[in-house]
Amino acid sequence: MVTSSDPRFFENTPGEGPLAGPGAAPPTIIAAKSVDLTFQTGDGPVHALKDVSLDINKGDFVSFIGPSGCGKTTFLRCIAGLETPTGGKLTVNGMSPEEARKARAYGYVFQAAGLYPWRTIGGNVKLPLEIMGFSKAEQAERVARVLDLVDLAGFEKKFPWQLSGGMQQRASIARALAFDADILLMDEPFGALDEIVRDHLNEQLLQLWARTEKTIGFVTHSIPEAVYLSTKIVVMSPRPGRITDVIESTLPRERPLDIRDTPEFIAIAHRVRDGLRAGHADD
Amino acid sequence: MVLGAGVGRSAGSISGKMMGDAVRSVLPILTVVAVLLGVWMLSVVPMNIHLAADQAQRDGVVVVPDTPIARQDVGAVALALRNPAVVPMTYVLDRPRLPGPQQVAAELWKTTFGVKVTSKKSLVYHGWVTLSATLLGFAIGTTLGIALAVGIVFSRTMDLSVMPWAIASQTIPILALAPMIIVMLGSLGIQGLLPKAIISAYLSFFPVVVGMVKGLRSPDGMQLDLLRTYHASASQGFWKLRLPASMPYLFASLKIGISAALVGAIVGELPTGARAGFGARMLVGDQYGQPLVTWAALFAAAITAAVLVGIFSLAERASLKRMGMVR
Repeated sequence: MVTSSDPRFFENTPGEGPLAGPGAAPPTIIAAKSVDLTFQTGDGPVHALKDVSLDINKGDFVSFIGPSGCGKTTFLRCIAGLETPTGGKLTVNGMSPEEARKARAYGYVFQAAGLYPWRTIGGNVKLPLEIMGFSKAEQAERVARVLDLVDLAGFEKKFPWQLSGGMQQRASIARALAFDADILLMDEPFGALDEIVRDHLNEQLLQLWARTEKTIGFVTHSIPEAVYLSTKIVVMSPRPGRITDVIESTLPRERPLDIRDTPEFIAIAHRVRDGLRAGHADD
Repeated sequence: MVLGAGVGRSAGSISGKMMGDAVRSVLPILTVVAVLLGVWMLSVVPMNIHLAADQAQRDGVVVVPDTPIARQDVGAVALALRNPAVVPMTYVLDRPRLPGPQQVAAELWKTTFGVKVTSKKSLVYHGWVTLSATLLGFAIGTTLGIALAVGIVFSRTMDLSVMPWAIASQTIPILALAPMIIVMLGSLGIQGLLPKAIISAYLSFFPVVVGMVKGLRSPDGMQLDLLRTYHASASQGFWKLRLPASMPYLFASLKIGISAALVGAIVGELPTGARAGFGARMLVGDQYGQPLVTWAALFAAAITAAVLVGIFSLAERASLKRMGMVR
């Protein structure tokens, strides 16, 4: 039951609800205006993000792509409230990222699955639910539901070491989905997996996105992955980390794997590659 | 979908594998034990030959040279070679300089199983005296160690202030400190179990502090970030992440701690005039020229330590297995 004291109640209110009727443009969930972030290090200041402006709408699948050091992970961590920008304005669900984090507005998937070895798969998915104080019955119901969603039904009682790397990463996605946040932030979640498993997980992720209607922020350094998954591709470049191009994908939402051979797909991939090259030409 | 991949290992091969493991791990230990026993057996002859020659002469055996003073000038090996008949006697002396392994084993057997448990000669009685102080001290030391480690991990002030003192505490020789603790507590009217337990605790808290600080800090940045994304409280982070992650470190520390606690209890028995306990038996054997008593107590203490460490190893295996951290 959702009551006004339930964090989910607040999560869903800003920007949507009765005002956003059918046909209206989807509301902006994440808004960045001239975001700057400078790290002070022993070697002097490092300009991790410079003048980053971006709007992410509800239901978008946004990929951040660029070479290492371009600030794509840093920007995702800023959205998550794990880093604090030193300049500009960043809001998530109309709140500061810090407030949004405290309101548990998003699920975060890291590059490594990071499952607790002493918990079963079910126990790992249950972790956020225990922390957020869901009832025992609801925990069990949600664990079963999200494990089913990532195709891991029946693995609830296995320990992480009994699963392959791809299955572990799916379990970590289930863990991020368990508490029904609207936003899913993924930091190179499939970066450590081989290409065959990666293809498979990409396909599953699209299905998951279609079914759950989440807003997804996805960091990658694979061009095909970015083009295949995204409705919006953000191309970034390093020193200082900044956005060089934002590409609205013209691909349909329904995407079989062989869409990657169509001229439309190849054209978008080409534009991403051009954007990455332009970023490098500045060096 | 690659659902089956990497799942389920056959249980059938496990027992066979464990047998192989047992043989592989026991064989090197037995080899070392055999070498040590051999060296010991060989050393008994030169160590005891002068005493044995004196004894043989008193029993009417002809020995060369024929006076104790003349024999002093002859090397132990030479004396043994010139009096081969005396050599077997080196293994059966009542008060040898170095008792043979079989003598120590016999004394150990006799004083463990051959006398009533309530007797002052029983190693079981003395063992319990030492063990009770060891266990009490270990409990105090472990509790203190875990508490300090939690404080050190969660408070920067404690990290800076407590850790250097914990390290400094272990640089003071316990032999110098033990009599002071016994005497000071004695003057306050505290005697018996507690002063020894405090010395045990003093030695055993340190490995627990060091191990637990490392264990509680073992979760990496990603795992801590994950908890931040859930807006988890510090106590949730402790109970759900830091504490379970520290378990392997805790068991390693407990195994070091329990043997340190036993040493502490024995050292604590030495300065009191030693009425009971392994430490008392060692001292009594030394002072009254009964090396067999000293050696039996020494071995009884070593066996006790091995058993205690073994118990913790089993507990470690069982609990890590239950936690799914052993494959």
